[in-house]
Amino acid sequence: MIKQATVTIDGRDVPIEGERNLLELVRKAHIELPTFCYHSELSIYGACRLCLVQVEGRGIMGACSTPPEPGMQIRTSTLEIREIRRITLELLLANHEGSCPTCTKSADCKLQALARRLGVEKVRFKALHQPAPVDDSSPSIIRDPNKCVLCGDCVRVCNEIQGIGAIDFAYRGSQAAVLPAFGKNLGDVECVNCGQCAAFCPTGALTPKPEIEGVWKALNDPKKKVVAQIAPAVRVALSECFGATPGEDTTGRMVAAIKALGFAAVYDTSFTADLTVIEEATEFLQRKTKGERLPQFTSCCPAWVKYAEQYYPELLPNLSSCKSPQQMFGSLAKDILPKQMGVMRQDLVVVSIMPCTAKKFEARRPEFAPDGERDVDFVLTTQELGRMIQEAGLDFRAMEPESLDMPLGFHTGAGVIFGNSGGVSEAVLRYAVEKVLGKPLDKVDFPQVRGEGGLREAAFTLNGTTVKIAIVHGLANAKIVADKVKAGVSDYDLIEVMTCPGGCIGGAGQPVPKNGQSRRARTRSLYENDKNLPLHKSQDNPFITQCYERHIGEVGGEKAHHLLHTHYQNRRRLSGPEIPLGEGPASAARVQVKVCAGTACFVRGSQKLLHALTAYVEERSLQNAVDVRANFCSEQCGNGPTVIIGEDVLQHCTFEIAREALDQALAVQK
Amino acid sequence: MELTQSRPPAAASGPDKFDSVCAILERYSYQPAKLIPILQAVQNEYRYLPEGVMTYVATALKVPPARVFGVATFYTYFALEPKGKHVLRLCDGTACHVKQSIPILEALRRHLGLDEKNKTTPDMLFTLDTVACLGACGLAPVLMVDDVVHSRMTPAAAVKLVDKIRTREQSAN
Ligand code: SF4
Ligand code: SF4
Ligand code: FES
Repeated sequence: MIKQATVTIDGRDVPIEGERNLLELVRKAHIELPTFCYHSELSIYGACRLCLVQVEGRGIMGACSTPPEPGMQIRTSTLEIREIRRITLELLLANHEGSCPTCTKSADCKLQALARRLGVEKVRFKALHQPAPVDDSSPSIIRDPNKCVLCGDCVRVCNEIQGIGAIDFAYRGSQAAVLPAFGKNLGDVECVNCGQCAAFCPTGALTPKPEIEGVWKALNDPKKKVVAQIAPAVRVALSECFGATPGEDTTGRMVAAIKALGFAAVYDTSFTADLTVIEEATEFLQRKTKGERLPQFTSCCPAWVKYAEQYYPELLPNLSSCKSPQQMFGSLAKDILPKQMGVMRQDLVVVSIMPCTAKKFEARRPEFAPDGERDVDFVLTTQELGRMIQEAGLDFRAMEPESLDMPLGFHTGAGVIFGNSGGVSEAVLRYAVEKVLGKPLDKVDFPQVRGEGGLREAAFTLNGTTVKIAIVHGLANAKIVADKVKAGVSDYDLIEVMTCPGGCIGGAGQPVPKNGQSRRARTRSLYENDKNLPLHKSQDNPFITQCYERHIGEVGGEKAHHLLHTHYQNRRRLSGPEIPLGEGPASAARVQVKVCAGTACFVRGSQKLLHALTAYVEERSLQNAVDVRANFCSEQCGNGPTVIIGEDVLQHCTFEIAREALDQALAVQK
Repeated sequence: MELTQSRPPAAASGPDKFDSVCAILERYSYQPAKLIPILQAVQNEYRYLPEGVMTYVATALKVPPARVFGVATFYTYFALEPKGKHVLRLCDGTACHVKQSIPILEALRRHLGLDEKNKTTPDMLFTLDTVACLGACGLAPVLMVDDVVHSRMTPAAAVKLVDKIRTREQSAN
């Protein structure tokens, strides 16, 4: 028998079983090496130098970046290593703004935890950094560069998991910083507000932006009636804020606590998730029958929607036109609750409680604020709800469970599993398969669409027609699928996209996971919750049926379109300047020609157009009458290349079209 | 793809500059791995890296603009602010410092109306920078004007040099 390969860690032999680096091996031996920059889901960066170990015959090495070799002898806590680690931490702390008691990350801060653990009691070094301004331009994330330790976790999540790269290292040496492009604010760049950077950040440098103050104000305003909607994923994570093991289902106690905070009623976003299922599945069946606008992409994840608007303008018609459950709830609540509760529309305050930071952005989209009044007034994350409960001094663990309010609190299991990756697909299948086969399902579960992989596929044959589904989480995976669709080589019919790992249960508004098992436990708990409910199919929800009869009318009908559907638009990624192609500043006296050089137009040949137009201007010595500029994204991507001449927006532009328009504009000018 | 047309002169006019950015991108076959040489070539055209052009390069190479910005700010070689037509680099390495480079710096700043923050004259004719060491310590103190090294400088000589360039530029116009 071959002897098992081992590494000796602090005198104990530990078998090598496919571990990629010494860190994994040491952790398997139940020794918690300190780390800042290591995450099993991300690439290895090896910058924080906390994971040091002594390897006999080789010296001190970073455990995260050293592969295990049979026979290695390592020690994890020599005097020398302890000293290096403490100096490293001291150096980090020296430049770190020490406002810990007021930092929202305080309870979850890895820097604090490590300083405590490693016994760093004072900092012997002086700060070098000038304080930098805090960036609160984004509706979802606050960026406080003064608390950054440059571990690069955020940079890698945004690049590797989301495929975006909205933030990156800039400058060097003592000036090094993590910044959005050109040092702009996060709210002005291509960030999709998913918040995963904040979830991975070990310090308070990136945190979800709270809306707690506004909610307290509304709750204390006697004129206002404040109601809550709770997203599915919140119920299986909230108790982690109070030290419980992940995955505990706390629906009843959560309702009790929210009521104790002063909310007039507590409803369930799962109700409108049920509604979404019916609208979206109907839309899907129609498209499938007609064979048009397939594959259909789901549209309930606001980070994905913004991503699609920025990167895939040509695929926007493929997105389901359904509003997300949060926004369906908002418009429905503002439509029916004022009468029911006896308040004016403007005095009804809808607060959503979400696992998600991007929902804060979604609720602010102008199309969800008819006449300037928002359908959803505030969005709190699970973390924020936890903080409000703590602030109110409620003993969450001792609360007597209460039930959700009717009718908007009644939900089926289909609406609950929306919180898991694969959940939307399964919920839609529970409706669509029954509809197509014309008889009740024998089994409501579709295990084929469940799982953890970031890119999964499933196929079903119904009455001889095959339906192929792709389920993705992480936008880097969404990109793979969307590129296939764009290239015309996908055979999917339905594509479910969630931005966060594992779906909404892994949202950045959730309590910071203590370890890798939290997400798994939450997922399991949501499927349990579905099992324990009396109903599992959205079409069986009696209040949904009633809602259609009394308020909405026909499925997919006119009122449904007004209340439950939306539209999308191209979005430029960066706010920013145009490239002047002539000398000197633009002059109002000259005809302004702007050629879009954004990605979509670039691909469609705007570079050639630019070339031809500038040559034309030069050839005819029109430099004093015309300014030609390249601008970034005219937000007309679907119809590019776009050229703007004076006030005229020319789509599908060719040189001939542009020249004609330019000649005309020049004639008018004269 | 190789570039066939010859490189336009450094002081090309606007449209030519943009054209050459396109040519540069083409020459490097839009390869993201060639970002650094591409930025170098672009800087040769514009004498600095304008934000709009960097965004264009990012779009064309399909890399996030934040990455382009990161690379551009990592290397001190790249300038993010427009530079003047003539760049004065005054050496302030140890040898030059000992041999009185600071009075030269002060004289030049006074003469050009510049200070620590404002390094370029409003007419875009001069940029004044200090550098750590030009490696010409035997000739200290040293002032580099564009590509030419001027040795054993004094405040008065430096000012005279600048005036000479200015007169030359004025008569050229
Ligand atoms: S919120 Fe998401 S998209 Fe925005 S910077 Fe963070 S990880 Fe990137
Ligand atoms: S912002 Fe946070 S995650 Fe990003 S580098 Fe700084 S400390 Fe690390
Ligand atoms: S975890 Fe190994 S260097 Fe940071």
